[in-house]
Amino acid sequence: MAAAVPAARWARAAAALLLGCCGAALASGVQDQAEQFFKSGHTNNWAVLVCTSRFWFNYRHVANTLSVYRSVKRLGIPDSHIVLMLADDMACNPRNPKPATVFSHKNMELNVYGDDVEVDYRSYEVTVENFLRVLTGRIPPSTPRSKRLLSDDRSNILIYMTGHGGNGFLKFQDSEEITNVELADAFEQMWQKRRYNELLFIIDTCQGASMYERFYSPNIMALASSQVGEDSLSHQPDLGIGVHLMDRYTFYVLEFLEEIHPASQTNMNDLFQVCPKSLCVSTPGHRTDLFQRDPQNVLITDFFGSVRKVEITAETISLDPNLSAFESKPPKDELAAEPLKYAEQLPVAQIIHQCGDIAVLDSVFLWNSMEETSAHDMKK
Amino acid sequence: MAAAAAAAAADEAEKARGRRAALSFAAIAVVLGLPLWWKTTETYRAALPYADIAALGELSFQLAVPVAVVFAPGSQPRDLPRLLPFRDTEEKETLLNSRTSIASRYEMVCRSTTAQEEAALGAATVQEADAALHQLQDASLGSLSLYVIPETSLLLPQGIGVYVGKHRSALVRAGQGLAALRARLQQVMQIMSFTTSSITAALSDRMPASQLGPDARRHFKSSLGYEITFSLLNPDPKSHAVHWDIEGAVSRYVQPFLDKLSFLANFSVDSQILYYAVLGVTPRFDKESSSFLLSAHSLPHVINPVEARLGSSAASLYPVLNFLLYVPERSHSPLYIQDKDGALVGTNAFHSPRWGGIMVYNVEGPAAPQASLPLRVDVDMVRVMEVFLAQLRLLFGVSREVQPPEVLLESPGNEGLADWELDRLLWARTVENVATVSTTLTSLAQLLDKIGNIVIKDDVASEVYRAVAAVQSAMAELAVGHLHSAFQASKEAVTSSERAFFDPSLLHLLYFPDDQKFAIYIPLFLPMAVPILLSLAKIFREAKQRKKEPTKTD
Repeated sequence: MAAAVPAARWARAAAALLLGCCGAALASGVQDQAEQFFKSGHTNNWAVLVCTSRFWFNYRHVANTLSVYRSVKRLGIPDSHIVLMLADDMACNPRNPKPATVFSHKNMELNVYGDDVEVDYRSYEVTVENFLRVLTGRIPPSTPRSKRLLSDDRSNILIYMTGHGGNGFLKFQDSEEITNVELADAFEQMWQKRRYNELLFIIDTCQGASMYERFYSPNIMALASSQVGEDSLSHQPDLGIGVHLMDRYTFYVLEFLEEIHPASQTNMNDLFQVCPKSLCVSTPGHRTDLFQRDPQNVLITDFFGSVRKVEITAETISLDPNLSAFESKPPKDELAAEPLKYAEQLPVAQIIHQCGDIAVLDSVFLWNSMEETSAHDMKK
Repeated sequence: MAAAAAAAAADEAEKARGRRAALSFAAIAVVLGLPLWWKTTETYRAALPYADIAALGELSFQLAVPVAVVFAPGSQPRDLPRLLPFRDTEEKETLLNSRTSIASRYEMVCRSTTAQEEAALGAATVQEADAALHQLQDASLGSLSLYVIPETSLLLPQGIGVYVGKHRSALVRAGQGLAALRARLQQVMQIMSFTTSSITAALSDRMPASQLGPDARRHFKSSLGYEITFSLLNPDPKSHAVHWDIEGAVSRYVQPFLDKLSFLANFSVDSQILYYAVLGVTPRFDKESSSFLLSAHSLPHVINPVEARLGSSAASLYPVLNFLLYVPERSHSPLYIQDKDGALVGTNAFHSPRWGGIMVYNVEGPAAPQASLPLRVDVDMVRVMEVFLAQLRLLFGVSREVQPPEVLLESPGNEGLADWELDRLLWARTVENVATVSTTLTSLAQLLDKIGNIVIKDDVASEVYRAVAAVQSAMAELAVGHLHSAFQASKEAVTSSERAFFDPSLLHLLYFPDDQKFAIYIPLFLPMAVPILLSLAKIFREAKQRKKEPTKTD
């Protein structure tokens, strides 16, 4: 009896200790998750989405890119941080039975073109030169801000490319190609100038894995839709439109992204599992050896969304409102000009007034002429 | 016989001429043709100072701070090493990594006070003393003046050993002995100029990321200009007609701060009012306080829906700082922000690193329930600007690091920035600029070396030369302690090096693998080279045969 009671007491004490530990672990776990925000080290997100094909039968590449664009916008990256390069000849193509639309699902369920797509490089501006200029930043000074990649050393960049490719090259608009060596060099130049913190490179073309073989700069993670020697296949044709609407890999990636919302904690390992060989026919590949963090710890929203780090402002500066604003600079001399007013470009009021006079005259004339004719008639 | 011999001789002469002709063809092709082809297919590459650029790869900073240590009467410790006035130097060297080191040197000039300074130190309050002393100094950028006052002086409040003023001077109690005074002086000098950690943060490009704290990621990198946008968000114009005197507030509170920083960069300020702009998060209603709460973990999702409407894409190419003032809707008032522990945040504001800040401004309900909507709201700009200025300071990297005990830092007041804080900023920025230039130029040199077919124009070369000269002058000025000219030179160096690196002409487009090069040149050179080589081979064989023949016939 005496032995049982201390045992019970011990058991209770042990249980209490365990519970306390669990509680502490849980609290620190929540704390850790909140602190994890700072682990990725980025403060802003950019996306460069490139569709390298033109012509009607490459409809699916445009639909791929626009669908990724929509997902990325939905998860929070604003247009000012997205560089979209499209040939943009699908929506208004004479062969498009539904003008001003680009569908990404058969039975025309989802129109990814809409009315707020902001294409930065369209039609013949999608060239290898412009793409490399965007990446390296060697842009002529006259380029507008929306066409520039203004990333800094704390930017996570998502680069998505789709089109027709081969072993070691990617075809641009059926007239030129970019090789994997050039791409790797461009990324190295970005790294030298610290234009990115981490980079995610996704490519959906035939033999896509050859494009990331030559990368040698740190902090790059790459995904491709097929290995060297394999072709990436398209998903489904739409009989109404007459072309294939999407590629398999991007289709399943998009299905995966539909589950993601800005606060989700899904990590990159799940993205690697998307589209196994049974669904995709080709074998998707990925490369993470250049990446410093473990893909387990990399959130999808680190690249596809734009979750900002915030800190609470704890301190203020005390200002004295009664202090007269000291004129450290003399006030700018305002030239006392007489107020200018715009001249009427189209003096509508005057025109109407004049027209009114003419109309009045006209009707009077008509009346007179009618009177005359009727008088004549009667005279006859 | 003679005819046969003459024919043979003529044959021989003919063959000799043929041999000479073939040799001369080959000679012209090799001596003239090859160099001509090489020169005409060369890309134009202006000369660059590769040796100087390589030397820049190793950065050893020498930072010198001129300090004047002034002893008030009765404050001299008994065990001073020498009689006043004298000079002393304190040096410290830190090796950050294999390619970067910092050597800091404080050049102290110790002397006793003049009569005017004594009178100034006799002022009633420490702020007046500080102001009076400021009139007497001619403190240039980067220099410090430390006034040592007797341990028992009543000028400083009880328990405070060091007072740092708004300008570049500080008042230090003499302490219990020379060692304590030395320690205090060192502490003050580090607060007012730079510490190893602040310089390390400025060199973030060269340091591994694990050594940096969140401070290094918060503030904007050194840039040639900034654009500051103040936005008023009114999601409910039916209930609130909000008026804010932003022009007045900016000219009274923000402009003095920016004027002080005008040496650092160009600033442009604009403001806008956005209607029907809602936050991305629905606040929770808290019954106990009958107010709405935004918890800390929902704050990151607040910014994105608003950002698209801020119009920062139409702004200039400089980094943009956004400051948003949000007046909550009637149905969501009052709205408070909770921090991680659940306590209400006093300032009701939060900021995002490298982006800007948001403050929530609560409006009291209408006095009488049947007051006509919309309510006129006049925003109290002082309260708002206090928070925005604090956030602006944080985003620029001017933060009051953890204050050690018994140190009193004077608040900068309406100017927004104390002179010594500006100095701190300039030290860090100069070091950062020099490090950036070093990285840019070394990577440019590497790139141009590696890729042989990039054209290097003359103006690119001249920018590189200018950048190298400016950075060398910046390092020299830093070593002497002229912070003003050092920063100026570093800014020039950054401008030139960025212009050189990002010049649009430095784009190598075509990657020719070797087999493509062969495919281009072989159809051109092979038809020409084959006859020459064959005839050279024939000449060689004949010469060998002739050498053998005399031995044979013998």
